[in-house]
Amino acid sequence: MHSLALRAADEGGFSPPTISETHLPEIFPWMAEWGTGFGKQMLMIALSVVVIGWFFTWAMRKRALVPSRTQYIAESGYHFVRNTVAKDILGERYFKPWIPFLFTIFFFILVNNLFGAIPFLQMPSFSHAGAAYAMAGIVYITWIAVGLQKNGLRYFKLAVVPSGVPKYILPVLVPLEIISNFIVRPVTHSLRLMAVMLAGHIIVMLAGSGAEFLIVQQDGLLMNATGVLVLLGFVSLYFLELLMMVLQAFVFVLLTAIYLQGAIEADAH
Amino acid sequence: MGEHMIRAQLVQAASEDANPLFPNPWEILATTVGFAVLFFIVVKFVVPAFEKAYQDRTEAIEGGLSKAEEAQAEAEALKAEYERNLAEARQEASQLREEARAEGAQIVAEHKEKAAAEAARITEQAQQHIAAERASAEASLRHEVGTLATQLASRIVGEALEDDARSQRVVDRFLTELDAEAAEHGSDASPTGAAR
Repeated sequence: MHSLALRAADEGGFSPPTISETHLPEIFPWMAEWGTGFGKQMLMIALSVVVIGWFFTWAMRKRALVPSRTQYIAESGYHFVRNTVAKDILGERYFKPWIPFLFTIFFFILVNNLFGAIPFLQMPSFSHAGAAYAMAGIVYITWIAVGLQKNGLRYFKLAVVPSGVPKYILPVLVPLEIISNFIVRPVTHSLRLMAVMLAGHIIVMLAGSGAEFLIVQQDGLLMNATGVLVLLGFVSLYFLELLMMVLQAFVFVLLTAIYLQGAIEADAH
Repeated sequence: MGEHMIRAQLVQAASEDANPLFPNPWEILATTVGFAVLFFIVVKFVVPAFEKAYQDRTEAIEGGLSKAEEAQAEAEALKAEYERNLAEARQEASQLREEARAEGAQIVAEHKEKAAAEAARITEQAQQHIAAERASAEASLRHEVGTLATQLASRIVGEALEDDARSQRVVDRFLTELDAEAAEHGSDASPTGAAR
């Protein structure tokens, strides 16, 4: 469909897919003139909610002492977030109430990322900046709120004035800390996820349209063979992407836990 | 949604070349709402289910362990009791053996005593018997001696009892006759026979 439309835009040679194409036209475009409407990305978000909610409640419906295979898989996922992320980073004392939050973040991002690897869905929801901003924003608000709740207004001082530093360095250090903690942190937190997912998505699109162009549009046998090479290269990139999808979900939830830990135990820093 | 519309939109998008950093506000809203819904599901259903299963399992395993410990303790107690019973039985057996030995010794002693008494009784009987024999022998001897003395006296009286040499001769002759008489009766002569 892409390349079909592309050819219409630019007859003749190969034109690579653009960023704009990652934003597909609205599925229900009746409100498109206001920039609203129900896009594919939103459908995928809703789908991920259904898939995650369904899988974990279904897998745990029996709560067997000796778990079935499905229950075992679900429990492994849960214990990964519970023990590896929450318990190890937030500490034995504080981690319990944060399990649901971290669990939701991890699987929400993981499943939405993996959508990019599933044929026909083939779009990671977080390749759209809006989704990544939303998640980073939720985390940003949460850790600041937790810091204020635990330490009061003193939290801002604790967060930007490092202890055990000579006084004369503070005028330099405090602005840096403010910028790094309150401005750069949410930006990197969201853009890291969005950029990796967008890059992976563009690779998929590029490989798809490139291979189609070489195999279908070109006449020479040599050109067609090169198209097959593109597909072969794409397969290895696909697995790399798969790794990145899991890794980015892990990195995102790991950073969330680290930010929360910093806010909860601001005194210790 | 027609082919024409898509084409038109793509052409428009390509000309503007959207900035990937610029978010669609509705996607922010959709993602936030999606997260909120999922968070609600997780808090309400998923995490409690996992924690409950986790706790149940911990309890089951700990319960199993304590049950095993209990069984072990019970087994230990049982074993101790068996050992005590065994020791008791052994002691009883040795006591019985001791008693039997004592009883045996007593029986032997009793028998010995009885045998000694019997022997004494037999000896006494024999002595009585001998005494009786002797008494009867003495009596018959006395009677015989009297008869003989009477015969001797009659013979002596028949001779003259004037000198010693003559009476000596009479006595010697008498005794020789007695001897001859005895020889005549032979070896089979009992003391009673000899006395006769």
